[in-house]
Amino acid sequence: MWRQWIPFWQPGLSPQSGDVDLLFAGLLMTSALVLGILFFLLTLFCVRYRAGNLIDREDHIAKSWHWEVGWTTASLACFVGLFVWGASVYFEMYKTPADELVVFVVAKQWMWKTQHPGGQAEINALHVPTNRPVRLVMASQDVIHSFFIPALRLKHDVVPGRYQDIEIEVDRPGTYHLFCAEYCGTDHSGMIGEIVAMEPADFSNWLTRQAPSSSLAGEGGALFRELGCSGCHGPGSKIRAPPLEGLYGRPVPLSDGSTAIADDKYIRDSILLPRSQIVASYEPLMPSFEGKVSEEQLLRLVMYIKSLAGHRS
Amino acid sequence: MSEKSYLTTDYTLKSWFLTTDHKRIAILYFASLIFFFFIGGAAATVIRIELATPQGDIVSSDIYNRLFTMHGIIMVWFFLIPSIPNTLGNFIVPLMIGARDLAFPRLNLMSWYIFMLGGCTTLFAILAGGVDTGWTFYTPFSTLYSNSYVIVAAAGVFIAGFSSILTGLNFIVTIHRLRAPGLTWYRLPLFLWSLYATSVILVLATPVLAITLLLIAVERFFGVGIFDPRIGGDPLLFQHLFWFYSHPAVYIMILPGMGVINELISCFSRKQVFGYKFVAWCSLAIAAVGFLVWGHHMFVSGQSLIASLVFSFMSFIVAVPSAIKVFNWTATLHKGLLRFDAPMLYALGFIGLFTIGGLTGLFLACLAFDVHATDTYFVVAHFHYIMVGGMVTAYFGGLHYWWPKITGRLYSEYWARAAAVLIFFGFNLTFFPQFILGAEGMPRRYHVYPPEFQVWNVLSSGGAAILAVAYLMPLFYLGYSAFFGARAPANPWDAPGLEWQTSSPPPEHNFTTQPVVTRAPYQYDRDFHAEPQNA
Repeated sequence: MWRQWIPFWQPGLSPQSGDVDLLFAGLLMTSALVLGILFFLLTLFCVRYRAGNLIDREDHIAKSWHWEVGWTTASLACFVGLFVWGASVYFEMYKTPADELVVFVVAKQWMWKTQHPGGQAEINALHVPTNRPVRLVMASQDVIHSFFIPALRLKHDVVPGRYQDIEIEVDRPGTYHLFCAEYCGTDHSGMIGEIVAMEPADFSNWLTRQAPSSSLAGEGGALFRELGCSGCHGPGSKIRAPPLEGLYGRPVPLSDGSTAIADDKYIRDSILLPRSQIVASYEPLMPSFEGKVSEEQLLRLVMYIKSLAGHRS
Repeated sequence: MSEKSYLTTDYTLKSWFLTTDHKRIAILYFASLIFFFFIGGAAATVIRIELATPQGDIVSSDIYNRLFTMHGIIMVWFFLIPSIPNTLGNFIVPLMIGARDLAFPRLNLMSWYIFMLGGCTTLFAILAGGVDTGWTFYTPFSTLYSNSYVIVAAAGVFIAGFSSILTGLNFIVTIHRLRAPGLTWYRLPLFLWSLYATSVILVLATPVLAITLLLIAVERFFGVGIFDPRIGGDPLLFQHLFWFYSHPAVYIMILPGMGVINELISCFSRKQVFGYKFVAWCSLAIAAVGFLVWGHHMFVSGQSLIASLVFSFMSFIVAVPSAIKVFNWTATLHKGLLRFDAPMLYALGFIGLFTIGGLTGLFLACLAFDVHATDTYFVVAHFHYIMVGGMVTAYFGGLHYWWPKITGRLYSEYWARAAAVLIFFGFNLTFFPQFILGAEGMPRRYHVYPPEFQVWNVLSSGGAAILAVAYLMPLFYLGYSAFFGARAPANPWDAPGLEWQTSSPPPEHNFTTQPVVTRAPYQYDRDFHAEPQNA
């Protein structure tokens, strides 16, 4: 197997990481070739043309630009090839994530907090089923962190103020490193956890064993009433606010004539910056909840609104 | 000697600290840079000792974070960026173009004072309590979460930036206006082409850094939302602004090194640099395209995929002129009359290390692999190969080459060759294992790490010990030579450059008669069989 050709290199454990490994092998071989030729020539010239050596030094190579044009073109062609290869794998890695299984990740100094939709929460660990794409929705509570799983050759910064979502998929059951790769302060190197990949059956058992009394959406609903959101958005409210039932995943017409898809990011932004995207034919009345809700509360609210997707008002 | 040399015109302190002679200012810079190099090196030493074991057992995590920040800030802004332009450049540029001094001698002295003010401000921040943001100052960590002397350190870097801008301006004007009669652009030594390109970057990019650091201060003091999302800012804006300066800054570090290598390869092969015009224009091409690649530091930051695509492509493009230079240097050796004096050993070491650094740069420019490798030791290894393996090696080569001109003394060739070889091996042992660590996934800036990474870290720390000894050696034999070395002739390497046509060390105003240039550079005669004059 070609992956074993690279010493000290553990093969990647997802479909995309296999492509990255192949790319790495390609880069290594190109570099080895270039270095080999270069070092051979350097050694050859150093030995043949050393000062003491009596050898013909008449300039046989005419000083023409053919050589330069030759190696410029060769380098350029080689580089463009590597660029196209690297870019196509990159687009495959960061493709729009599947929406079937979602896990929320909140990064804060200095821990990873992960939460499954059923309410199962973990610190510095993330259980996932094998051979199934999982969409991670990540947010940071404070500074920039970076979610890095070397075994999957995958990394994404978690930047405060926005949601990042990526898709992961693990081929084989096992426990793998989860690192924070972006320097985030005192205990940066302690911000490590593990990805536990389980057979799908084991995973559902695990989920059941860990199940808390309420799901994230349920807690979000309680929060929705507590924060007073239901006063305007709830059924029978006197104030005119857009209804939230059936909203998730649908296009929303905005007052500036454009349309937005009501995804996680849209809902998050609407809670924090309600005046940036006014729904068509509604007044900009909603106050901002910036600084009033934490990232964890936010994702509960998002889950609650998502849970309303099935109901039509 | 018909005229007193610049070293012997006057001996008072005043004659040194108020001098406007570019050669004496170069010596001032040289002394300050050695000081900063050893401070930065001391921090690196503690870091490598700490990393010999996976536990955090020598220093606390806060101290560790301050150490690598100090190492980065000092090395980047107070050693790598100023080293070749401000010491070798300051000394050699007027000599190479046959001028009496730089265009603005007093501005040159002022640059040194500004540089020292910046350096002392940063040193104060380090001594008063340290900075723990990393040399990149990423927000919002640096503006809201770091309890350290961020603003003082940033102020130091901000001040030092003015020194860079003034030096760049001075070089540009000097190279344009003060060339000796007959010294046309295509007769200019390639060292000057590369310093010219460097100066353009210094003048255009440094102001952006200054503005960025100023914005950090504004956000920290007045709570204006620039970079912090909680008050309406954007953390990625900082990264764009920072790397808009800091990526071209990499070329500020490496271009002068490439310039030095042209002089060395040509001199010790007794041949004109192969494809002179190509190499000259490659310097300017690197400077120009170097401005368009900053986003390759942000492939995993959440910038748009299309932006990543463009930056990746431009990063591959900027590698082309660098590759051309390597091929041209190799072609220069062909049918040369090669002598392996210490400067040549450094130059050959440079070609090897720079090529490895450049090739691994392609790995990082390659989008999908960068996702895995960025923020790991792979990146650390890559930029150390370019900056330390490349730039520092070139600096040492240039220093040995022009040492007889600067001091008028010859050094021990034996010890110089030994140091050059030891630096090469120590360097590879230190940094090659870090590529493997990075490929295996060890993140950078880790104080404590999982035990499976220990083997490579131990090798790396062992290499660092060799490297430390190798870097100390020149301090002794060059220091000895400066006072007790044999007198150097005017032209110990039998080289055709203008700087060799005046006595060693040069008189106060460089030339007793105005030199006139009548031919292309690097017109070596091929009769270099004489025994080395510096025994």
